Amino acid sequence: MTRIVIVGAGPAGIAAADALSAAPVEVTLIDEAARPGGQLYRSPAPGLKLDMSRLLGSSHGAYAAFHDKAAGLCRRLDYRPGTLVWSIHGGAVHLASASGAAALPYDALILATGATDRIMPAPGWTLPGVFTLGGAQALLKDQGVAIGRRVVFCGSSPLLYLAASQYLRMGVKVAAVIDSTPFAAKLRALPDMARAPATLAAGLRAMAELRLGGVPIHQGARIERFEGEERLAAVQCRAGAGQLVRIACDAAAYGHGLRPEAQLAELAGCELRYDPVQRLHLPVIDGDGRAGERLYIAGDGGHIGGGQAASLSGALAAAALLDDLGLPASDVDRAGSRRSLARLRGFPNGIAAAFRWPREQVVALADDTILCRCENIRVGEVRAALRQPMASPDANRIKAVSRCGMGRCQGRFCGPALAELVGAGHAGELDRLRAQAPIKPLPIALAGEAAP
Amino acid sequence: MSGLEHFRAENAVDAEVAIVGGGLIGCMTAHELRRRGRSVLVLERGLLGGQSSGVSFGSLRLQGQHAPELPLALHAQALWTEVETLIGESVEFAGHGHVHLAVDDAQEARLAGNAEHGRAFGLPIELIGRQEAIRRWPFLGASVRAASFSARDAVVNPRLVAPAFARAAQRLGATICERVEVLAARHDAGGFALQCRDRDGAERTLRAEVLVNAAGAWSGTLAGWFGETIPLFAAGPAEMVTEPVPRFVEPTMHVVDGSVLFRQTSRGNVVIGGHPRMSVDATTRRTRVPPDKMLTNLGRLVAIAPHLRAYAVIRSWTGIEGYLEDMMPVLGPSATTPGLFHACAFSGHGLQLGPAAAKALAELITTGATALPIAPFGIGRFSAEGRRQVHSLAEEFQDDVLHRPG
Ligand SMILES: Cc1cc2nc3c(=O)[nH]c(=O)nc-3n(C[C@H](O)[C@H](O)[C@H](O)COP(=O)(O)OP(=O)(O)OC[C@H]3O[C@@H](n4cnc5c(N)ncnc54)[C@H](O)[C@@H]3O)c2cc1C
Ligand SMILES: Cc1cc2nc3c(=O)[nH]c(=O)nc-3n(C[C@H](O)[C@H](O)[C@H](O)COP(=O)(O)OP(=O)(O)OC[C@H]3O[C@@H](n4cnc5c(N)ncnc54)[C@H](O)[C@@H]3O)c2cc1C
Repeated sequence: MTRIVIVGAGPAGIAAADALSAAPVEVTLIDEAARPGGQLYRSPAPGLKLDMSRLLGSSHGAYAAFHDKAAGLCRRLDYRPGTLVWSIHGGAVHLASASGAAALPYDALILATGATDRIMPAPGWTLPGVFTLGGAQALLKDQGVAIGRRVVFCGSSPLLYLAASQYLRMGVKVAAVIDSTPFAAKLRALPDMARAPATLAAGLRAMAELRLGGVPIHQGARIERFEGEERLAAVQCRAGAGQLVRIACDAAAYGHGLRPEAQLAELAGCELRYDPVQRLHLPVIDGDGRAGERLYIAGDGGHIGGGQAASLSGALAAAALLDDLGLPASDVDRAGSRRSLARLRGFPNGIAAAFRWPREQVVALADDTILCRCENIRVGEVRAALRQPMASPDANRIKAVSRCGMGRCQGRFCGPALAELVGAGHAGELDRLRAQAPIKPLPIALAGEAAP
Repeated sequence: MSGLEHFRAENAVDAEVAIVGGGLIGCMTAHELRRRGRSVLVLERGLLGGQSSGVSFGSLRLQGQHAPELPLALHAQALWTEVETLIGESVEFAGHGHVHLAVDDAQEARLAGNAEHGRAFGLPIELIGRQEAIRRWPFLGASVRAASFSARDAVVNPRLVAPAFARAAQRLGATICERVEVLAARHDAGGFALQCRDRDGAERTLRAEVLVNAAGAWSGTLAGWFGETIPLFAAGPAEMVTEPVPRFVEPTMHVVDGSVLFRQTSRGNVVIGGHPRMSVDATTRRTRVPPDKMLTNLGRLVAIAPHLRAYAVIRSWTGIEGYLEDMMPVLGPSATTPGLFHACAFSGHGLQLGPAAAKALAELITTGATALPIAPFGIGRFSAEGRRQVHSLAEEFQDDVLHRPG
């Protein structure tokens, strides 16, 4: 039978699996996480007493419905949790899990790999106690653990108010929310944002909740430094009016919007194209998620759009796949889904304005600020590499010379800031660091032992 | 760095010597020629060292180098010890030596053969039994039967080499162009005319009296413009690197059949190589190491260094290298065209041979002769009569390289 592999059991992957469930195909659903849910519907470890309805508030209904559906699907199909796809090559996904390494050939592949935080380095951002917004949220949803007792939420992201409000609900002291996008910019983006009313409403609700809870909110404030000796003790920011504000805390959650996880797409042969609005290279997909031969991309891994867009795009990708394979169509309402998806995804300018990536900051960073946290490479070292004669301003070249982006995360976190630093002062496209297998660290023990 | 815009009108001589290819061979040759006062132009299609030169394993290995190449390799090694002083910057040269390992009788015999062969050329190689090997390198696994150690072998950081030599050449007055492709070249009474295109699509013809073919795996194309055949094929060895590991080894460790070799960088990462080499696509210039190859090589690695089991690999890569069937480069004058010199198809040894190859070439170009031992590398060896004294390639290359159509 035709084998379909879906990577990612978040909203997009589950919607795709659901749309394929009546089709004469064999579906394998793979996720490196232990349970379905992805980022949005991440669920606590079994046995952990975490009140998810309190944590999620009004979105708990959708969460519960998702998990009902996911549980049923995962029982019926070949579901492989705790399994990393570390490469795609020769028409097969290459897997690593507790039981070892394996290759799984596919007839068609749906990548629903989601997104991660985009980070703008700032002085002290690598101090213990500073987490990404997504990391802070994941720890809470997955383990029921807060990143600290007095937490600052800072940066600019759709997750900023959402994650802060979830912490507040769980009884954690939220010391402040520092939003680096000015309120005026958010207001200007409002008409665009209103095209995704659910997302907008959730954001406004979270903001109101935080205000009600007495959480100070600084808008249009620039993060100056994460302060502390051994670990984080305070966040300093410069408020809109120019005064320096210092907020004592023992942890901070930090991020600047989301970046699609496109490494697998690249290995699978999908073209990546520079997007001047988001200043990122994004997979080139058609309206239904077609990304290449036998290759489909759904959800935030293709186009940042939130949970609802992820589900719609997952179903559309599955429908496109069935059409392309000449198999009986699924009952997905293609026209309606396309319309809704176009509406949800149709305002990249609004998103970019409302959750601003503060790219000019990289130019202002002091030389001693760490840029690459894996290899401990400072901004000054990258600047020195750029100043050398014969150093083409090319991110991959600067990486090769300075080691920035050569560590465990392979530039997944420092890559966007490195690209800005290399591209500063040049018009046109930014570079991106090329992906190679393994897309995440591959334990050598998995290889077993061969005869030498 | 410079595009084509600052070159004068057509037909002026733009440089005495034009070098096609800004890999380490092109950059080192430019430097040697400037030291001898020749005006030089390097034309590189991509980035300096962006191909083979920037991605190599980084080994300057003498031990086990085959006989016709060893004399030149010894010259090169002597030059390597002076490189950092000569160019005034670090390329992370580290003279920690190189260990060959044997896991069976046949390999043990090979170690002895290499040692004897080395001695004949004045290269000391120490034969080491299992016990002593374990004493020196306690991490070695049970399969290791014997070892041999060559103290003069060394490593450098390959990513730094070509740009560093380009800078040194530029300081001496060379003109170095990145992102300028040579589309065609011809020879006429006035010397060489090179049709070039820069990244903005601007085209111009540049002229030079002498032309150096340092175009790596693509040098066959250039030779073809002058009616010559270099029967090279493109392939690449699989490379991987681990996350940083606590310091455990100084020399490069290398199972003598090449099935696995590794070295530890000063930061602690372990760079892992392994033959046979794979087929790569020199046309698209996109290279990937197949996952099964990675797993096979990692399996071989943990047989030799079992403690590395506890760490993770963070990246894989390969490169596009030009090989000839006798695993030796073409180095010397063209057989068809006066003023044309080839320095290419280094068959996996170009980093080590580089400084001596560049020096020999610069001497040939400026004086018409060199005392360096380059006789075995003439292009004449591929003429109809003098073809192929090939040694066995099955250990060196995968079937997909050896049996590739066309
Ligand atoms: C950290 C984070 C938190 C977020 N929180 C919220 C929130 O609270 N509310 C909200 O509305 N939106 C949130 N978002 C936005 C959210 O990502 C989307 O709304 C939605 O989750 C996207 O769905 P998806 O299916 O595309 O991707 P995800 O939900 O991100 O699912 C992707 C899945 O793919 C798996 N995966 C990725 N790569 C591999 C691989 N190589 N091998 C195996 N498995 C892999 C991941 O483990 C993950 O489970 C968050 C985003 C992030 C990054
Ligand atoms: C993975 C790997 C590991 C290796 N390990 C070692 C090792 O440990 N020790 C060792 O000694 N050697 C090693 N080698 C071999 C060594 O790297 C090469 O022999 C050496 O780099 C060759 O240098 P080069 O300048 O001839 O070639 P290249 O570096 O390939 O340079 C040739 C250049 O010519 C340019 N070019 C081609 N055509 C044109 C054109 N028409 N116009 C303009 N520019 C053009 C190309 O873009 C390229 O940059 C390794 C090779 C690989 C791939």
